[in-house]
Amino acid sequence: MRLARELTCAQIVELVTAYLEGALEPDDRERFEEHLVFCDGCDRYLEQMRLTIDVTGRLEPGELPPALEERLLEAFRGWRSG
Amino acid sequence: MEQLLSPQDARLVEGLRAGDEAAFAAVMREYGASMLRVAQMFVSSRAVAEEVVQEAWLGVLKGIGRFEGRSSLKTWLFRIVANTAKTRAVREARSIPFSALGDDSEGEAAVDPDRFLGAGERFPGHWAVPPESWAGAPEGRLLARETMDVIERAIDGLPPAQRAVITMRDVQGFTSEEVCNALDLTETNQRVLLHRARSKVRGALEEYMT
Repeated sequence: MRLARELTCAQIVELVTAYLEGALEPDDRERFEEHLVFCDGCDRYLEQMRLTIDVTGRLEPGELPPALEERLLEAFRGWRSG
Repeated sequence: MEQLLSPQDARLVEGLRAGDEAAFAAVMREYGASMLRVAQMFVSSRAVAEEVVQEAWLGVLKGIGRFEGRSSLKTWLFRIVANTAKTRAVREARSIPFSALGDDSEGEAAVDPDRFLGAGERFPGHWAVPPESWAGAPEGRLLARETMDVIERAIDGLPPAQRAVITMRDVQGFTSEEVCNALDLTETNQRVLLHRARSKVRGALEEYMT
Protein backbone atom coordinates (compact mmCIF):
# COMPACT_ATOMS: atom_id res chain seq x y z
CA MET A 1 0.00 0.00 0.00
CA ARG A 2 1.51 3.35 -1.05
CA LEU A 3 0.04 6.39 0.59
CA ALA A 4 0.32 10.10 -0.06
CA ARG A 5 2.91 11.97 1.97
CA GLU A 6 0.40 13.60 4.27
CA LEU A 7 -2.32 11.44 5.68
CA THR A 8 -5.69 12.88 6.62
CA CYS A 9 -7.54 11.84 9.76
CA ALA A 10 -10.18 10.19 7.57
CA GLN A 11 -7.41 7.99 6.11
CA ILE A 12 -5.85 7.27 9.49
CA VAL A 13 -9.04 5.79 10.92
CA GLU A 14 -9.17 3.35 8.00
CA LEU A 15 -5.56 2.26 8.53
CA VAL A 16 -5.70 1.59 12.26
CA THR A 17 -6.21 -2.16 11.95
CA ALA A 18 -3.48 -2.51 9.31
CA TYR A 19 -1.22 -0.51 11.61
CA LEU A 20 -2.00 -2.63 14.66
CA GLU A 21 -1.56 -5.82 12.61
CA GLY A 22 1.85 -4.69 11.41
CA ALA A 23 0.61 -4.79 7.82
CA LEU A 24 1.72 -1.30 6.74
CA GLU A 25 4.84 -0.82 4.62
CA PRO A 26 7.66 0.75 6.66
CA ASP A 27 7.25 4.13 4.91
CA ASP A 28 3.53 4.15 5.51
CA ARG A 29 3.98 3.14 9.09
CA GLU A 30 6.25 6.12 9.53
CA ARG A 31 3.68 8.48 8.00
CA PHE A 32 1.01 7.03 10.19
CA GLU A 33 3.09 7.57 13.30
CA GLU A 34 4.11 11.08 12.20
CA HIS A 35 0.46 12.01 11.93
CA LEU A 36 -0.21 10.81 15.47
CA VAL A 37 2.49 13.09 16.84
CA PHE A 38 0.60 16.24 15.96
CA CYS A 39 -2.99 14.96 15.89
CA ASP A 40 -4.61 14.45 19.29
CA GLY A 41 -7.88 13.30 17.70
CA CYS A 42 -6.22 10.38 15.90
CA ASP A 43 -4.01 9.59 18.87
CA ARG A 44 -7.15 9.27 20.97
CA TYR A 45 -8.88 7.28 18.25
CA LEU A 46 -6.04 4.75 18.16
CA GLU A 47 -6.12 4.50 21.94
CA GLN A 48 -9.88 3.84 21.83
CA MET A 49 -9.43 1.10 19.24
CA ARG A 50 -6.87 -0.52 21.54
CA LEU A 51 -9.27 -0.26 24.48
CA THR A 52 -12.05 -1.70 22.35
CA ILE A 53 -9.92 -4.72 21.44
CA ASP A 54 -8.87 -5.15 25.05
CA VAL A 55 -12.41 -5.05 26.44
CA THR A 56 -13.75 -7.29 23.64
CA GLY A 57 -11.10 -9.81 24.69
CA ARG A 58 -12.70 -10.01 28.13
CA LEU A 59 -16.05 -11.21 26.81
CA GLU A 60 -17.07 -14.76 27.57
CA PRO A 61 -17.19 -16.89 24.39
CA GLY A 62 -20.97 -17.30 24.77
CA GLU A 63 -23.07 -20.44 24.74
CA LEU A 64 -24.76 -22.64 22.21
CA PRO A 65 -28.55 -22.79 22.37
CA PRO A 66 -29.17 -25.55 24.96
CA ALA A 67 -31.31 -27.63 22.58
CA LEU A 68 -28.50 -27.69 20.01
CA GLU A 69 -25.87 -28.56 22.60
CA GLU A 70 -28.12 -31.38 23.77
CA ARG A 71 -28.30 -32.77 20.24
CA LEU A 72 -24.52 -32.61 19.93
CA LEU A 73 -24.16 -34.40 23.24
CA GLU A 74 -26.55 -37.13 22.08
CA ALA A 75 -24.48 -37.57 18.93
CA PHE A 76 -21.37 -37.75 21.09
CA ARG A 77 -22.91 -40.43 23.32
CA GLY A 78 -24.14 -42.38 20.30
CA TRP A 79 -20.71 -42.22 18.70
CA ARG A 80 -19.01 -43.40 21.87
CA SER A 81 -21.24 -46.42 22.22
CA GLY A 82 -21.32 -47.08 18.47
CA MET B 1 2.49 -35.79 15.71
CA GLU B 2 0.54 -35.40 18.95
CA GLN B 3 3.46 -33.64 20.57
CA LEU B 4 2.84 -30.62 18.34
CA LEU B 5 -0.41 -29.94 20.16
CA SER B 6 -0.51 -27.73 23.23
CA PRO B 7 -0.94 -29.75 26.42
CA GLN B 8 -4.48 -28.40 26.73
CA ASP B 9 -5.39 -29.43 23.17
CA ALA B 10 -3.78 -32.83 23.64
CA ARG B 11 -5.90 -33.42 26.76
CA LEU B 12 -9.08 -32.39 24.95
CA VAL B 13 -8.36 -34.60 21.94
CA GLU B 14 -7.62 -37.52 24.20
CA GLY B 15 -10.80 -36.86 26.18
CA LEU B 16 -12.96 -36.65 23.06
CA ARG B 17 -11.49 -39.86 21.70
CA ALA B 18 -12.29 -41.56 24.99
CA GLY B 19 -15.87 -40.29 24.89
CA ASP B 20 -15.32 -38.21 28.01
CA GLU B 21 -18.27 -35.85 28.55
CA ALA B 22 -16.14 -33.40 30.50
CA ALA B 23 -14.00 -32.94 27.38
CA PHE B 24 -17.19 -32.48 25.34
CA ALA B 25 -18.40 -29.80 27.77
CA ALA B 26 -15.02 -28.04 27.72
CA VAL B 27 -14.96 -27.88 23.93
CA MET B 28 -18.53 -26.56 23.80
CA ARG B 29 -17.91 -23.97 26.49
CA GLU B 30 -14.87 -22.68 24.67
CA TYR B 31 -15.88 -22.96 21.02
CA GLY B 32 -19.57 -23.83 20.74
CA ALA B 33 -21.00 -20.36 20.24
CA SER B 34 -18.22 -19.43 17.83
CA MET B 35 -18.84 -22.54 15.75
CA LEU B 36 -22.40 -21.34 15.27
CA ARG B 37 -21.19 -17.86 14.31
CA VAL B 38 -18.84 -19.30 11.72
CA ALA B 39 -21.65 -21.40 10.27
CA GLN B 40 -23.82 -18.29 10.03
CA MET B 41 -21.17 -16.68 7.89
CA PHE B 42 -22.00 -19.02 5.05
CA VAL B 43 -25.67 -19.95 5.28
CA SER B 44 -28.68 -17.73 5.27
CA SER B 45 -30.65 -18.78 8.31
CA ARG B 46 -29.99 -19.50 11.92
CA ALA B 47 -31.85 -22.82 11.64
CA VAL B 48 -29.63 -24.00 8.79
CA ALA B 49 -26.55 -22.82 10.68
CA GLU B 50 -27.57 -24.99 13.62
CA GLU B 51 -27.92 -27.99 11.28
CA VAL B 52 -24.48 -27.21 9.90
CA VAL B 53 -22.98 -27.28 13.39
CA GLN B 54 -24.63 -30.65 14.01
CA GLU B 55 -23.36 -32.05 10.73
CA ALA B 56 -19.89 -30.62 11.37
CA TRP B 57 -19.87 -32.19 14.81
CA LEU B 58 -20.46 -35.62 13.26
CA GLY B 59 -17.50 -34.87 11.00
CA VAL B 60 -15.40 -33.97 14.04
CA LEU B 61 -16.27 -37.27 15.71
CA LYS B 62 -15.53 -39.17 12.52
CA GLY B 63 -12.17 -37.46 12.12
CA ILE B 64 -10.93 -37.15 15.69
CA GLY B 65 -9.30 -40.56 15.62
CA ARG B 66 -7.15 -39.53 12.68
CA PHE B 67 -6.49 -35.96 13.85
CA GLU B 68 -2.73 -35.62 13.90
CA GLY B 69 -2.31 -32.19 15.36
CA ARG B 70 -0.72 -30.55 12.35
CA SER B 71 -2.91 -27.58 13.18
CA SER B 72 -4.30 -26.58 16.56
CA LEU B 73 -7.52 -28.23 17.67
CA LYS B 74 -9.47 -25.01 17.21
CA THR B 75 -8.20 -24.41 13.68
CA TRP B 76 -9.12 -27.98 12.78
CA LEU B 77 -12.57 -27.63 14.37
CA PHE B 78 -13.35 -24.37 12.63
CA ARG B 79 -12.14 -25.65 9.28
CA ILE B 80 -14.60 -28.50 9.55
CA VAL B 81 -17.42 -26.11 10.45
CA ALA B 82 -16.53 -23.73 7.62
CA ASN B 83 -16.21 -26.50 5.05
CA THR B 84 -19.45 -28.12 6.14
CA ALA B 85 -21.19 -24.74 5.93
CA LYS B 86 -19.76 -24.02 2.48
CA THR B 87 -20.88 -27.40 1.16
CA ARG B 88 -24.31 -26.82 2.60
CA ALA B 89 -24.46 -23.32 1.15
CA VAL B 90 -23.64 -24.59 -2.32
CA ARG B 91 -26.31 -27.26 -2.00
CA GLU B 92 -28.85 -24.69 -0.90
CA ALA B 93 -27.83 -22.45 -3.77
CA ARG B 94 -29.35 -19.50 -2.02
CA SER B 95 -26.19 -18.93 -0.17
CA ILE B 96 -23.97 -15.97 0.15
CA PRO B 97 -21.44 -16.52 -2.65
CA PHE B 98 -18.19 -17.25 -0.90
CA SER B 99 -16.24 -14.93 -3.17
CA ALA B 100 -18.44 -12.09 -1.95
CA LEU B 101 -17.63 -12.69 1.68
CA GLY B 102 -15.20 -9.85 1.86
CA ASP B 103 -17.74 -7.57 0.29
CA ASP B 104 -20.38 -7.32 2.96
CA SER B 105 -18.42 -4.37 4.20
CA GLU B 106 -17.52 -2.57 0.99
CA GLY B 107 -17.87 1.15 1.13
CA GLU B 108 -18.47 1.32 4.85
CA ALA B 109 -16.56 4.05 6.62
CA ALA B 110 -15.00 3.32 10.01
CA VAL B 111 -16.22 6.71 11.21
CA ASP B 112 -19.18 8.78 10.00
CA PRO B 113 -17.78 10.96 7.16
CA ASP B 114 -19.62 13.96 8.63
CA ARG B 115 -17.14 14.00 11.46
CA PHE B 116 -14.37 15.11 9.10
CA LEU B 117 -13.95 18.49 7.41
CA GLY B 118 -15.29 18.62 3.86
CA ALA B 119 -13.47 19.32 0.60
CA GLY B 120 -14.17 23.04 0.80
CA GLU B 121 -12.48 23.46 4.17
CA ARG B 122 -8.93 24.45 4.89
CA PHE B 123 -7.95 20.98 6.16
CA PRO B 124 -10.20 18.55 4.31
CA GLY B 125 -10.31 15.06 5.81
CA HIS B 126 -9.23 16.24 9.24
CA TRP B 127 -11.41 15.91 12.31
CA ALA B 128 -14.31 18.30 12.60
CA VAL B 129 -15.70 16.35 15.55
CA PRO B 130 -12.76 14.45 17.08
CA PRO B 131 -13.37 11.59 19.49
CA GLU B 132 -13.95 12.71 23.05
CA SER B 133 -11.98 11.25 25.89
CA TRP B 134 -13.54 8.30 27.71
CA ALA B 135 -11.80 9.37 30.88
CA GLY B 136 -14.83 11.43 31.89
CA ALA B 137 -16.92 8.27 32.36
CA PRO B 138 -17.22 6.97 35.91
CA GLU B 139 -14.26 4.94 37.13
CA GLY B 140 -14.50 1.29 36.13
CA ARG B 141 -17.25 1.86 33.61
CA LEU B 142 -15.25 0.41 30.72
CA LEU B 143 -15.18 -3.00 32.38
CA ALA B 144 -18.66 -2.93 33.88
CA ARG B 145 -21.18 -5.64 32.98
CA GLU B 146 -23.30 -3.08 31.13
CA THR B 147 -20.38 -2.12 28.91
CA MET B 148 -19.84 -5.79 28.08
CA ASP B 149 -23.50 -5.96 27.06
CA VAL B 150 -23.02 -2.95 24.79
CA ILE B 151 -20.13 -4.74 23.07
CA GLU B 152 -22.04 -8.00 22.81
CA ARG B 153 -25.01 -6.27 21.22
CA ALA B 154 -22.73 -4.44 18.79
CA ILE B 155 -21.10 -7.73 17.76
CA ASP B 156 -24.47 -9.46 17.41
CA GLY B 157 -25.61 -6.70 15.08
CA LEU B 158 -22.67 -7.07 12.67
CA PRO B 159 -22.95 -8.69 9.23
CA PRO B 160 -22.17 -12.44 9.62
CA ALA B 161 -18.65 -12.46 8.18
CA GLN B 162 -17.55 -9.51 10.33
CA ARG B 163 -19.16 -11.10 13.36
CA ALA B 164 -17.36 -14.39 12.81
CA VAL B 165 -13.97 -12.75 12.28
CA ILE B 166 -14.10 -10.43 15.31
CA THR B 167 -15.35 -13.32 17.46
CA MET B 168 -12.46 -15.52 16.42
CA ARG B 169 -9.79 -12.83 16.60
CA ASP B 170 -10.76 -10.64 19.53
CA VAL B 171 -12.99 -12.83 21.68
CA GLN B 172 -11.28 -16.20 21.16
CA GLY B 173 -7.79 -14.94 20.50
CA PHE B 174 -7.08 -16.66 17.17
CA THR B 175 -4.14 -15.21 15.23
CA SER B 176 -4.89 -13.73 11.81
CA GLU B 177 -3.11 -16.71 10.26
CA GLU B 178 -5.36 -19.14 12.12
CA VAL B 179 -8.49 -17.28 11.00
CA CYS B 180 -7.35 -17.12 7.37
CA ASN B 181 -6.57 -20.79 7.53
CA ALA B 182 -9.81 -21.88 9.10
CA LEU B 183 -12.04 -19.69 6.94
CA ASP B 184 -10.00 -19.69 3.76
CA LEU B 185 -9.75 -15.92 3.69
CA THR B 186 -6.88 -13.86 2.29
CA GLU B 187 -4.95 -11.75 4.80
CA THR B 188 -6.42 -8.62 3.26
CA ASN B 189 -9.99 -9.88 3.38
CA GLN B 190 -9.61 -10.95 6.94
CA ARG B 191 -8.19 -7.56 7.90
CA VAL B 192 -10.95 -5.62 6.16
CA LEU B 193 -13.63 -7.66 7.95
CA LEU B 194 -11.87 -7.26 11.28
CA HIS B 195 -11.42 -3.54 10.72
CA ARG B 196 -15.08 -2.95 9.91
CA ALA B 197 -16.13 -4.99 12.91
CA ARG B 198 -13.78 -3.30 15.37
CA SER B 199 -14.63 0.15 14.06
CA LYS B 200 -18.33 -0.46 14.69
CA VAL B 201 -17.75 -1.85 18.15
CA ARG B 202 -15.62 1.21 18.97
CA GLY B 203 -18.43 3.40 17.67
CA ALA B 204 -20.93 1.67 19.95
CA LEU B 205 -18.59 2.08 22.90
CA GLU B 206 -18.04 5.74 22.08
CA GLU B 207 -21.75 6.34 22.14
CA TYR B 208 -21.97 4.66 25.51
CA MET B 209 -18.87 6.14 27.12
CA THR B 210 -19.28 9.81 26.22
